[in-house]
Amino acid sequence: MAEAGLRLERAAPRPLAGEANAQAPVRPVVGEKIRIERGGRLLLSVEEIVVGRPGITAIMGPNGAGKTLLLRCLAGLKVPDSGLVSWAGLPPDRARALRLGFVFQKPVLLRRSALANLVYALKAAGLSGGEARRRAQAALEAARLADLARSPARLLSGGEQQRLALARALSLDPDILFLDEPTASLDPSSTAAIEAMVGKAAARGTACILISHDIGQARRLADEVIFMAEGHIAERAPASRFFDAPASPEARAYLGGEILVRDGSWNSEEGKR
Amino acid sequence: MQDFAEAFGEAFRLVASLDGNLAEIVVLSLQVSLAAVVAAAIVGLPLGAALAVARFPGRGAVIVVLNALMGLPPVVVGLSVYLILSRAGPLGVLDLLYTPTAMIIAQTVLVTPIIAALARQTVADLKVEYEDQLRVFGIGPWGAVTTLLWDARFSLATAMLAGFGRAIAEVGAVIIVGGNINHVTRVMTTTIALETSKGNLALALGLGIILVTIAIAVNVAVASMRGTAVRSAYG
Repeated sequence: MAEAGLRLERAAPRPLAGEANAQAPVRPVVGEKIRIERGGRLLLSVEEIVVGRPGITAIMGPNGAGKTLLLRCLAGLKVPDSGLVSWAGLPPDRARALRLGFVFQKPVLLRRSALANLVYALKAAGLSGGEARRRAQAALEAARLADLARSPARLLSGGEQQRLALARALSLDPDILFLDEPTASLDPSSTAAIEAMVGKAAARGTACILISHDIGQARRLADEVIFMAEGHIAERAPASRFFDAPASPEARAYLGGEILVRDGSWNSEEGKR
Repeated sequence: MQDFAEAFGEAFRLVASLDGNLAEIVVLSLQVSLAAVVAAAIVGLPLGAALAVARFPGRGAVIVVLNALMGLPPVVVGLSVYLILSRAGPLGVLDLLYTPTAMIIAQTVLVTPIIAALARQTVADLKVEYEDQLRVFGIGPWGAVTTLLWDARFSLATAMLAGFGRAIAEVGAVIIVGGNINHVTRVMTTTIALETSKGNLALALGLGIILVTIAIAVNVAVASMRGTAVRSAYG
């Protein structure tokens, strides 16, 4: 019976306006025994994950490995079928949501000017109008978007939009920043700009968790790598070690450019023939 | 057929000369319908947005009913408001029957479901896009409603114009609660009905021309607003 009660508690959605202080810590972000199933297929099964140390952690793995699902669970955007996510030991709550930033693969920008997008986020964090505008302007300058402050955000180019979304997330000075393939559809110079911004944020002490398919990007940025395959974490290692000598066969295959088939039998079967 | 051509000529003369009677009727029509749309928007926009954002038991049924109410027959609305405002009705003491206020109330009842249902659809579509980002910002349900309403402002203006088109063109509700009293509650549609039955086709036609012109103007406004929204990528 206690088990049933616990499950209910774990399945509860993100609570409404909590009493928790907006300045309360959120690190470390911990996921325990997280499972998500759809139609009998196991999409995510992670025994334990702890993130939040300053630096850049790259999450890598083939499509369908559960990278985005894991990120969404940790950020409190998705409630797993079972398992527990906690921020600094407490369940995710709305008051602390702003301590965690999230940059989506496709930037979600409000139908307002670039500046107003930042002001909105800063006001949500409780800043007064004047202070919000001052910080927004500074964040735009840091992202080299100051010239476009008055432009409608959704008229910007793809690269500018993603830089704006990242600048908006960083303007809140988050403790943890989740990035879901932020450069997936960007050209090299936009990608370089995003990478530079992420690198600076990490140097300031923000823990950045970055999903990337770009092995070069992960090599350039990451301090450590979490490699996922078929919904579980196959390997977690310092970046230098991971790229030189991946321990798991899945990671070896991925880095070697080999196709990883779901049941993992492809390589061995081919080898036998 | 000759009558008809003559009536057309007379109608254009009335419109061109800004006939006093005609102007009075047109102004009252615009006043009543604009007031009704403003009142309906004050109720309907937050209601529609709340229905798009909130999750509660019976929500699906409420949405079905709301969508069905978009097609409320004006005469039924007129009858209901009449029953409420008549001497024996619950609001009879206010003595509102056969006043422009009663007509505004009836048209508000008629238009509110239209604005609320269109607002719900618009806001629900936008919510799909914004939901995760608003959660990342820690925005609560009330903040989400205001954000979504503001960011959907161009589409919502279109919904309000649709409501205005419905209000200005209906006759059933205003004739029942207004009574089509000369110089008091006579509006374009009720005048057209009355003058046609009296055989005074010129005035009826003149009003018809103005009504059609207003309908076209509203549609031009909708189209240009959509163009502006697309150009500034707000759409």
